[in-house]
Amino acid sequence: MAEKSYQAGVKDYRKTYWTPDYVPLDTDLLAVFKIVPQAGVPREEAAAAVAAESSTGTWTTVWTDLLTDLDYYKGRAYRIEPVPGDSTAFYAFIAYPLDLFEEGSVVNVLTSLVGNVFGFKAVRSLRLEDLRFPLAYVKTCGGPPNGIQMERDRLGKYGRALLGCTIKPKLGLSAKNYGRAVYECLRGGLDFTKDDENINSQPFMRWQHRFEFVMEAVRKAEEETGERKGHYLNCTAPTPEEMYKRAEFAKQLGAPIIMHDFLTAGFTANTGLANWCRENGMLLHIHRAMHAVLDRNPYHGIHFRVITKCLRLSGGDHLHSGTVVGKLEGDREATLGWVDLMREPFIPENRTRGIFFDQDWGSMPGVMPVASGGIHVWHMPALTAIFGDDACFQFGGGTLGHPWGNAAGAHANRVALEACVEARNQGRQVEREGREILTEAAQQSPELKIAMDTWKEIKFEFDTVDKLDVVNR
Amino acid sequence: MPEVTAYKVTERRGETFSYLPPMTPERMRQQIAYLINQGWNPAIEHTEPERSFSSFWYLWKLPFFGERSIERILAELEACHRANPGHHVRLLAYDNYSQSQGTAFIVYRAGSR
Repeated sequence: MAEKSYQAGVKDYRKTYWTPDYVPLDTDLLAVFKIVPQAGVPREEAAAAVAAESSTGTWTTVWTDLLTDLDYYKGRAYRIEPVPGDSTAFYAFIAYPLDLFEEGSVVNVLTSLVGNVFGFKAVRSLRLEDLRFPLAYVKTCGGPPNGIQMERDRLGKYGRALLGCTIKPKLGLSAKNYGRAVYECLRGGLDFTKDDENINSQPFMRWQHRFEFVMEAVRKAEEETGERKGHYLNCTAPTPEEMYKRAEFAKQLGAPIIMHDFLTAGFTANTGLANWCRENGMLLHIHRAMHAVLDRNPYHGIHFRVITKCLRLSGGDHLHSGTVVGKLEGDREATLGWVDLMREPFIPENRTRGIFFDQDWGSMPGVMPVASGGIHVWHMPALTAIFGDDACFQFGGGTLGHPWGNAAGAHANRVALEACVEARNQGRQVEREGREILTEAAQQSPELKIAMDTWKEIKFEFDTVDKLDVVNR
Repeated sequence: MPEVTAYKVTERRGETFSYLPPMTPERMRQQIAYLINQGWNPAIEHTEPERSFSSFWYLWKLPFFGERSIERILAELEACHRANPGHHVRLLAYDNYSQSQGTAFIVYRAGSR
């Protein structure tokens, strides 16, 4: 019995897609967008338009709408909230039925939710602030190939954060000279070194040559120190075929970890590589080049907490999180919010950290946050207090810039870390007593002492561009 | 050119705390108190130094489930060391929640008194 009849023309979105009485299902995928509507567009209409354009709707009615049960498939705008301290924007909460998305495909979710709708004329700007993936969807995704616990067990490293360093200069070194820099860092006490994201396979250093010399350096440092070491061999490549070829070679050389840039390479490549890593016993370090293009503008784009969730589903064992204390962007509470989203099994709604929804990851392993960029020994107490043990701290300049070289720089970082961990375990307030803790440790370590003299007083205190919305704080 | 100090020949290390000076009994007690207070289960492992790279060292007795006495743990560490003077002896703490280890560090290095 047809209850509806076909009428051509343009219909207000809110008649179909604004459903304030709707109670979201546990299986719905929930989204919250920050919307600045065009002048004269009511909030309900703008919210409904976003719900429509990111699900079943198009700009006009079409007769084939009547061949399906659109009420079953449509996205629903079910709540509107003011953005604290900002009268131009509002939050729109939208619920999407599970069947709109292919199982295990972050790609499909993003294509719908942040696709055409972001160029839609009825909104002046649009930002995807948060997503709630229902557990039913989470269970269809592979997630991190190993996770934090498996990484620790593979490496035999417990009770402290891990230490890394990006090899510099990031461009122009030959493979053998690059391997030298790796060897020095690892023998001095770091756990990992890292390819800079810009390093793929350029004429000055082809990837095979780099992999061979780097793995010789890793093996030698392991033999000498008796500790497990690794170097994130960047397998990011122009094609998936080439990416897998590099990953296979890394495995052949005995590498414990490889690296991928998930946004520039794309989620299809990333999910495939994560699956490969799971099947081949390989750790996967994820770099996030291009994220700031998406997440820095507070009014348009995708918040990093959404990107974080997508990566955890797509798969990666490490993900750069920002440092809070270094040279790169990152409000402290907001950073703690997405660090929780990386590591914890269940994260409750917490607006003071910008978390809009409960997120249940079920049994999906956690991702280790990587704090990298402009940090050095003086930041160690704060990093230990902020991140705890399940994180990787990467000191590039803070290792390689040591006046006595990489090995001494690495040694200084390791002593500083262990001193902070010991002090924390003793119940000391590590962040507040940082100066005393490091100064005591430096009495036994000339490498740490000169590092502290070199980098004294360096601080990065530019204001954060993307702050959490004011009253939420 | 400013003076550069040569970095020493690489030494064998043993993961957490192996870059700090050897622990005094008092510092050791504080670390044991910490892991007990985390609700972790202490355990002791030992190995020949040349086989230390393996994931599996010899387990000394069984893990000390629910043990809250620092003195008891210290006594077991010493007993393990006396029985195996040429071995590394490490203390670890099983974390049931993460199904991993909350911490692990070498207490006696092979050949130490």
